Amino acid sequence: MNVILFAISAALLSNVVLSQFLGICPFLGVSKKVGTAAGMGAAVIFVMTIASAVTSLIYYYVLVPFELEYLNTIVFILVIAALVQFVEMLLKKMMPSLYQALGVYLPLITTNCAVLGIALTNVQKEYSILMSTLNGLFSAVGFAIAIIILAGIREKIDNNDVPESFKGAPVVLLTAGLMAMAFMGLAGLI
Amino acid sequence: MGKLSERLYNGIVKENPTFVQMLGMCPTLAVTTTAINGIGMGLATTVILTLSNLLIAMLRKVIPDKVRIPAFIVIIASFVTIVQFIMEAFVPSLYASLGLFIPLIVVNCIILGRAESYASKNKPLPSVFDGIGMGLGFTIGLTCIAMVREFFGTGCLFGFDILTPVREFFVNTIGGIENDKLSYLVNPESLNPISIFINPPGAFFVLAFLIAFLNYRNIKKAKKTGEKPELCKLADCASCQNHACAGKKGKED
Repeated sequence: MNVILFAISAALLSNVVLSQFLGICPFLGVSKKVGTAAGMGAAVIFVMTIASAVTSLIYYYVLVPFELEYLNTIVFILVIAALVQFVEMLLKKMMPSLYQALGVYLPLITTNCAVLGIALTNVQKEYSILMSTLNGLFSAVGFAIAIIILAGIREKIDNNDVPESFKGAPVVLLTAGLMAMAFMGLAGLI
Repeated sequence: MGKLSERLYNGIVKENPTFVQMLGMCPTLAVTTTAINGIGMGLATTVILTLSNLLIAMLRKVIPDKVRIPAFIVIIASFVTIVQFIMEAFVPSLYASLGLFIPLIVVNCIILGRAESYASKNKPLPSVFDGIGMGLGFTIGLTCIAMVREFFGTGCLFGFDILTPVREFFVNTIGGIENDKLSYLVNPESLNPISIFINPPGAFFVLAFLIAFLNYRNIKKAKKTGEKPELCKLADCASCQNHACAGKKGKED
């Protein structure tokens, strides 16, 4: 399959957040400032790519030979939790500057349902290991794009006069809804 | 009010996971295209929440504090897998339409949040009622959103077609009368479902307006009593009490 086509469809057309509704919690929770949103996005790209690769490796080389496919939910969530811890320790030791940039966001990602969701989708759609990794990478890029755009809009909304009952969550949800509409329009790209 | 019924009230009204705490947003937005899906998702979550609360409360003195989160995740994931099998066997059509979001109950903030903030500190019986209350609160939230979306998006409610009889009624009564003004007001041809409601953007819009409506009501009530209104605000990561939740964990570290 054409890699560019695959990238566009994973990152934009079926955007993880805006059309698949995965990872809504961090999308709404960590999008107040563009800086933090970018940090979160980068951390998700990092973890999701590795997690997609590792979970599909484990699925095809451990679970399938032992006929334990039905345990994939339990195994994947434990692998992701352990992986995040491991990546955190590794970064701290090997790349302190990268750790400083991403460190605070890493623990948040363990229960980010986008990571588990993409890992399970990879298996469901029977992607090969390389395809799974690419799918993880591009989906995470889609997440980063969405969260950074939302943070940018939210920074502007702070200066506006929002009706009392729409302050807080509702206006953010409306913004996300408008973004979802815009992303639906991207379907014409392919 | 007894302690147990207080737990139910707390989960369904006071700390409603959907409308007040805004937890578990992924399934809330994703599966609420039909009311049946909403109820199914809510009840599946309720069962898992109740069972995991029970087991975690029973094991609360056994699980060492340092490895409690992985231990909770294993317990929750086991129950999720059991419920997944049961649903696949007995309600295959519901299982198919909820799809990915059944295994994703594992990472639902509500369940890990209740385990962390309630079940790991309290006796089994109140924990079970806490689980039932929170679960029902979640179910009610999902069903409300799903009913709005299904009605406007497809013209049905719980799978029953409501729009067609209404349209036929208008065609038979008003459509027969040669009354320009009336037919302009209610043109039966224009009574079509609004498909944006069942598309992804509709989920965001419906939830936004439902929360805004609740906020409006709270502000009105607060003006009468002169107190500060309780608004549903998106929790700041740093100020949130629910450390277990994704994107809301900042305080713990």
